[in-house]
Amino acid sequence: MSDTVLDIEGLSVHFPTRRKLFVAVNKANLAVEPGEIHGLVGESGAGKSTIGAAVMGLLERPGHIAEGSVSFKGEHINGRDADGMRALRGAKISMIFQDPLTSLNPLLTVGQQLVETIQFHLKLSEADSKKRAIELLDRVGIPNPSERIDQYPHQFSGGMRQRVVIALALCSEPDVIIADEPTTALDVSIQAQILELIKELARERQTGVILITHDMGVIADTTDKVTVMYQGQVVESGTTEQVLGAPEHEYTKSLIAAVPRPTLKVHRFPQLSYGGRQIAFHIDDLARNWERPEPTKSGTLLKVEGLTKTFLARNAIIPSRRKYFTAADKVSFDIREGEVFGIVGESGSGKSTVARMIATLYQTNGGKIFFDDEEITQLKTAKDLESYRRQIQMIFQDPFSSLNPRMRVDEIIAEPVKHHKLLEGAAIQHRVDELLERVGLGSEAGRKYPHEFSGGQRQRISIARALATQPRFLICDEPTSALDVSIQAQILNILKDLQEHLGLTMLFISHDLPVVRQMCDRVGVMRQGQMVEVADTETLFAAPKEAYTRELLSLMPKLEGLSTEGLEDEIV
Amino acid sequence: MLTYVLKRVLQSALVLLVVGLVAFSMFRFVGDPIDNMLGQERTDADIARLRADLGLDQPFPVQYYKFLENAVQGDFGVSFRQGRPVAEILVERAPATLELAAVSGFLAISIGIGLGVFTAIRKDGFLANMIMSVSLIGVSLPTFLIGILLIYLFSVELGWLPSFGRGEVTHIGWWSTGLLTSSGLKALILPSITLGLYQMTLIMRLVRSEMLEVLRQDYVRFARARGLKERTVNFRHALKNTLVPVITVTGLQLGSIIAFAIITETVFQWPGVGLLFINAIQFVDIPVMAAYLMLISVMFVGINLIVDLLYFAIDPRLRTDGKGAH
Repeated sequence: MSDTVLDIEGLSVHFPTRRKLFVAVNKANLAVEPGEIHGLVGESGAGKSTIGAAVMGLLERPGHIAEGSVSFKGEHINGRDADGMRALRGAKISMIFQDPLTSLNPLLTVGQQLVETIQFHLKLSEADSKKRAIELLDRVGIPNPSERIDQYPHQFSGGMRQRVVIALALCSEPDVIIADEPTTALDVSIQAQILELIKELARERQTGVILITHDMGVIADTTDKVTVMYQGQVVESGTTEQVLGAPEHEYTKSLIAAVPRPTLKVHRFPQLSYGGRQIAFHIDDLARNWERPEPTKSGTLLKVEGLTKTFLARNAIIPSRRKYFTAADKVSFDIREGEVFGIVGESGSGKSTVARMIATLYQTNGGKIFFDDEEITQLKTAKDLESYRRQIQMIFQDPFSSLNPRMRVDEIIAEPVKHHKLLEGAAIQHRVDELLERVGLGSEAGRKYPHEFSGGQRQRISIARALATQPRFLICDEPTSALDVSIQAQILNILKDLQEHLGLTMLFISHDLPVVRQMCDRVGVMRQGQMVEVADTETLFAAPKEAYTRELLSLMPKLEGLSTEGLEDEIV
Repeated sequence: MLTYVLKRVLQSALVLLVVGLVAFSMFRFVGDPIDNMLGQERTDADIARLRADLGLDQPFPVQYYKFLENAVQGDFGVSFRQGRPVAEILVERAPATLELAAVSGFLAISIGIGLGVFTAIRKDGFLANMIMSVSLIGVSLPTFLIGILLIYLFSVELGWLPSFGRGEVTHIGWWSTGLLTSSGLKALILPSITLGLYQMTLIMRLVRSEMLEVLRQDYVRFARARGLKERTVNFRHALKNTLVPVITVTGLQLGSIIAFAIITETVFQWPGVGLLFINAIQFVDIPVMAAYLMLISVMFVGINLIVDLLYFAIDPRLRTDGKGAH
């Protein structure tokens, strides 16, 4: 193994806290060769990013390397002093961060930041540095580099910024790049381009890349080798093909089984058996006390026609000089009772805007909404809308900001019940306790505050809150995109149960095509505010009509090499 | 950009008009200046004549209009007490206050930002923690008490520094300065510390918390990950971002340095406009009070305008007129 550029052996990282020692990484091994992309995969808290920070010497205090060694080209680099690490950092080992929106200094031009870094590392003159900076921008695929070099980060789009970040990481021609979730904040199409760029650069410059991610799709499409981490430990390591196709460790197996496949539809995700994080969901008990309303006569529960929403982009005193941005442009579709209707699209395509108009959170600028054959858009007063609002409930994307941190969980769940005056007195508490039991948290969870729960548990609280008014229609706006894949599998199973056993109708919004395939009966594809195509899910995936849909589908990771162990009984 | 400045100037003018109106109408309730100006042996005819002379018999809107009309031309009327034009008195007094405010403002900003950055970078250092604890005194003690304590220590006990007045001043044109003589400089030390201490600790604590926030940002971590020197990271990347919110508060604080000068000037018998105002209140000298309030509000509004323009200079995100290529 003489040609290894980066070799991590028996690395342990400890974070001493007042109560106990937290072992973030426990005896991890990892080796990267030149030109190799090595995936580091695991769920949040597994210690992936800590390994990156430890290699860079950027551990937050009081974290420190307790044992083991990090060698760069055969030389030990841990234990170097601050100056010694700095000589290595950026020069030999570079890092790319997750969020391109925050990793560039907003007050300096892209050029200033590049030139500063190039000057520092390569000791070139200002003019030569600038020339090199333009070359680098050109290399990472930024059009008109000589013009754009004088622009500020906010003048670049998300994908372009990540290219700038990559250019910055390349400034000193490093031998190793640590990319920490480089595409998580990007749209699918941009993600594919950035990953392609990283692959090209690794090949072309023989740079070793550690690609830290939680996304199995990224791992499958990009990496040569993969190391799987669980709670600070490396559980499995090997070539990507071997680890994903024939996983040996139980954790890897359960992780892979939980990944939604674009090519297979499963009835339920297999329940993870590893790590004891299983939480029950008592759908039968819930269904017993559920009051089902009269079914609609037409079979269509929700129908929207020509729904339009414009936002003021630039204000001016003279109305004709105002500029508007059309977030939703004459969107029409209908949802049959008891069905899950998906809307997919990239960020800014207007998915959430449509959902918020249906939830009457936004006023419409045109178009009609019918619910149970009644025109909602004609109801003017808040009182008239009450009954409609009780029947539709929403589950939001971010489980952290969608629950009021100053309210107790039982207050959060009781609030819609009290607002709609559905129950009184002790019956409210009874309903709350029952819901908490059913979603698997137990009634004692009601006495706690939201911050005491994990992301997946909070999403269960959101579900309990949404179910509190016994709605007929659920709007799920990216309900799992902030969650780990195993937690996502649990939440998706719950949503499937709700549809099947309670007869709930759902609008399911997602940018994640494999998830949509698992969840939805029919799908609408949105682009730049317009509904491009509406079709049955299976038809859409098998034979997309529109060019844009085909493009989206082609960018989706195929995951064909993934093991199907544990899925056999569930494939539909 | 130009439309923005124009809009802000118009807004500022409106603010000044309102301040003028409020100030002017309040003075109607502070007492009758005629009482103070005429002695015990006065006749009704005397009172009526003086009223007419001073224009106090006119209806309120007329008085206000005349005040504005004259004020725009730099004429703030005649002081009831001193019998001299107010503008002349202000010009005479203003340099003392402005010098005091400028020196304490400079001290507050430079020491405040310096210590703020220091305490943020050495977050857990012993010295930084000491500074943070001591700074609590600056925030919690009232200005006059600090002034009296300083006078007691340095003037009464140690006898190093004068306890009142400006010392020797030199005249450059109409401007009188104490910065060129040693007694003038000595006289500046205690009042400027007294006046600036609160602002200094406030700026320091603000800079510290903002800087700690900025140091956690990804672009600072990314700058470190690129191997840049610690100094470059702290001062080129972090400090500039820290200053954006700090500027707002600092701007307001500079305004209040001038306004709070009243207390300091009283404690140190500093011959500035603040002391003038206190004396004017005792004598119900309406023209002086009105002119003083207008002066202070002009400065507040002016400083805020400068702060807003500084934003443009520092933060490029505000400068783009929608030409960003998104």
